[in-house]
Amino acid sequence: MATLMYWEAIRRAHDEEMSRDPLVICMGEDIGVVGGTYNATKGLLDKYGPERVIDTPISENSYTGIGIGASFIGVRPIIEIMSVNFAWLAMDQIFNSAAKVRYMSGGQLEAPVVIRSPGGTAHQLGAQHSARMEKVFMGVAGLRVVTPSSPKQAYGLLKSAVRCNDPVYINEHELMYNLKGEVPDEEYFHPLEGSEVVRSGRDVTLFGYNISVHWCLQAAEELAKKGIECEVVDLFALSPLDRAGIRASVSKTHKAIIVEEAEPAVGVGAEVMAIINEECFFELDAAPVRVSAVNVPTPFNHNLEKASIPNPRSVVAATLTLLGR
Amino acid sequence: MNTADKKRLLHEMLYARRYEERCYEAYVERKIGGFLHLYPGQEACAHGVIEAARPGHDYVITGYRDHVHAIKCGADPKRVMAELFAKESGCCKGRGGSMHIFDVEHRFMGGYALVGGPFPLAAGIAKGIQLKGGDEISICFLGDAANNQGTFHESLNMASVWKLPVLYVTENNLYGIGTSIDRSTAVRDQHKRVEAYNIPSAQADGQDIEKVYAAAVTAVEHVRSGKGPYLLELMTYRYRGHSMSDHTPSYRTKEEEKEWGRRDPIIIIKDRLLAAGELSEEEYQKMDQGIMAEIENDVIAYSEAAPEPDVAELERYVLAENDPWVKGGAA
Ligand SMILES: Cc1ncc(C[n+]2csc(CCOP(=O)(O)OP(=O)(O)O)c2C)c(N)n1
Ligand SMILES: [Mg+2]
Repeated sequence: MATLMYWEAIRRAHDEEMSRDPLVICMGEDIGVVGGTYNATKGLLDKYGPERVIDTPISENSYTGIGIGASFIGVRPIIEIMSVNFAWLAMDQIFNSAAKVRYMSGGQLEAPVVIRSPGGTAHQLGAQHSARMEKVFMGVAGLRVVTPSSPKQAYGLLKSAVRCNDPVYINEHELMYNLKGEVPDEEYFHPLEGSEVVRSGRDVTLFGYNISVHWCLQAAEELAKKGIECEVVDLFALSPLDRAGIRASVSKTHKAIIVEEAEPAVGVGAEVMAIINEECFFELDAAPVRVSAVNVPTPFNHNLEKASIPNPRSVVAATLTLLGR
Repeated sequence: MNTADKKRLLHEMLYARRYEERCYEAYVERKIGGFLHLYPGQEACAHGVIEAARPGHDYVITGYRDHVHAIKCGADPKRVMAELFAKESGCCKGRGGSMHIFDVEHRFMGGYALVGGPFPLAAGIAKGIQLKGGDEISICFLGDAANNQGTFHESLNMASVWKLPVLYVTENNLYGIGTSIDRSTAVRDQHKRVEAYNIPSAQADGQDIEKVYAAAVTAVEHVRSGKGPYLLELMTYRYRGHSMSDHTPSYRTKEEEKEWGRRDPIIIIKDRLLAAGELSEEEYQKMDQGIMAEIENDVIAYSEAAPEPDVAELERYVLAENDPWVKGGAA
């Protein structure tokens, strides 16, 4: 197994899918000549040419719509939106066209597009470049939402997303492109539904996704020193969420903490709590807790910025409080 | 265009007129619900352009005023009406409705309700054609007011940069709901707006099918020959309200309505055929009665008898069914 960085894993998935199928294309701002802001499409222009590796003008809604339209007749576009903050401008096409066309047409038409975009707080990027938007995408029927926490997932989720006949939104993270991890040498397809127990434990379940999986794992390590055994569940699929996986873990530990970088309102934490209520309320020994961002536009100042989002220490603190320790 | 073609187009346009008028009645009878946007007055636009293209081969996409475009592309009028009646045998199984008619088999790629939404979708279909190397073209029909959306400018810019085989047709009926073009738009002549994107364009009389057809032949030829996008503006007028909520429009004058009524697309071609001795009044009356009978006995009867969708199937068509990649592949 090779060790790849997150961006290399994404690049490899592009490359393999594009070499397999001439109708797989990629498009976005500065993805061709520049190779992508995070190198995810580096070198592809030379290999596949400008017809398939398309540098778009700064017209998020319409180039997304162009990708969607092309997908109607069998093209498999991978659309990179440079930052999730710019995906707000493409909401119309993603929600009104891609997500609804199968339904409105009674199953005649489908939009097998992949839209990938990094979100999250990085290093002092300010309020307009630090948004977390996964919760917005999760609320829309007809759209799949996945979010890789590792290079292996980044590779395998993109591979499956390209081949799946549904529109898939892949939520990446600004800070994770240089994350290293093992990726199988042979082709690997990650499921687009489900969740993964990445650390087994019996005292409390820490639910995380994308970057917060790492916070949960670090917190679990810390808590293990105090004799607390955390189970960490990676919710790599945000829509649909893995109800059975959530139920199974909570039924085992009887306590749940959901860790999200986003603001709490109408978010992953809220949704997982609702699922726990619906699926296994009577398994609970304590009210579930969410560890979320403070509800402010992300500040520029470094200390304020850090204080606005969770970290491993805040996960530890929340766990100790939940356990009454 | 020979006499037989003209007569056929007269028949098709008259059919479209009677069809839409019957929709109006069905709406009043509460057989049709939701929004309903009718096409009377504008028949020569869809018929003239699609006639110049290759229906069923070229891709057509439009907004919510979409019944006639779909039928001209080859959609079965019975199944379109059954869709308006929200029935399972409607072309979209009762899931779409009047604003969302689709007939992918005939490459009618749908009606969309977000004003301006189809601009990029049409360019995307054209991008797909380009990648696949076919000789099809993509045709997008939208209204004048849609041209004020960002998607118009963004999509036409990209279509031009990438030389996409897409024909944009602006059906300029001078209004977006109740807002006249003079109050909303800095230029009345929509074809002038695309000069900024280096796209050739033309304006034609949208009430005279022969003129629409001639202009569309040029436009289609340009696009099909690989020279990139083209915009054709057709000057036209809708007789009815924007939808069923403004069936007696308060925002325009009776004089204006009368003036446009004198330039009716059906009467223009009919009178021309009469004058040339190629049609008689009796023949026309017979044609009209035949159409009305066909709509009643065929289309309406079918739609009334058609079954409702099964509520047990409410959640179908949201996501692909049994897609293996959801589970990470065949294994
Ligand atoms: C994005 C969006 N904004 C507003 C509306 C409401 N609306 C529906 S049709 C319409 C007018 C469009 O006029 P035009 O494009 O000229 O087409 P016409 O109805 O005249 O054929 C408006 C404002 C909408 N459906 N979508
Ligand atoms: Mg109009």
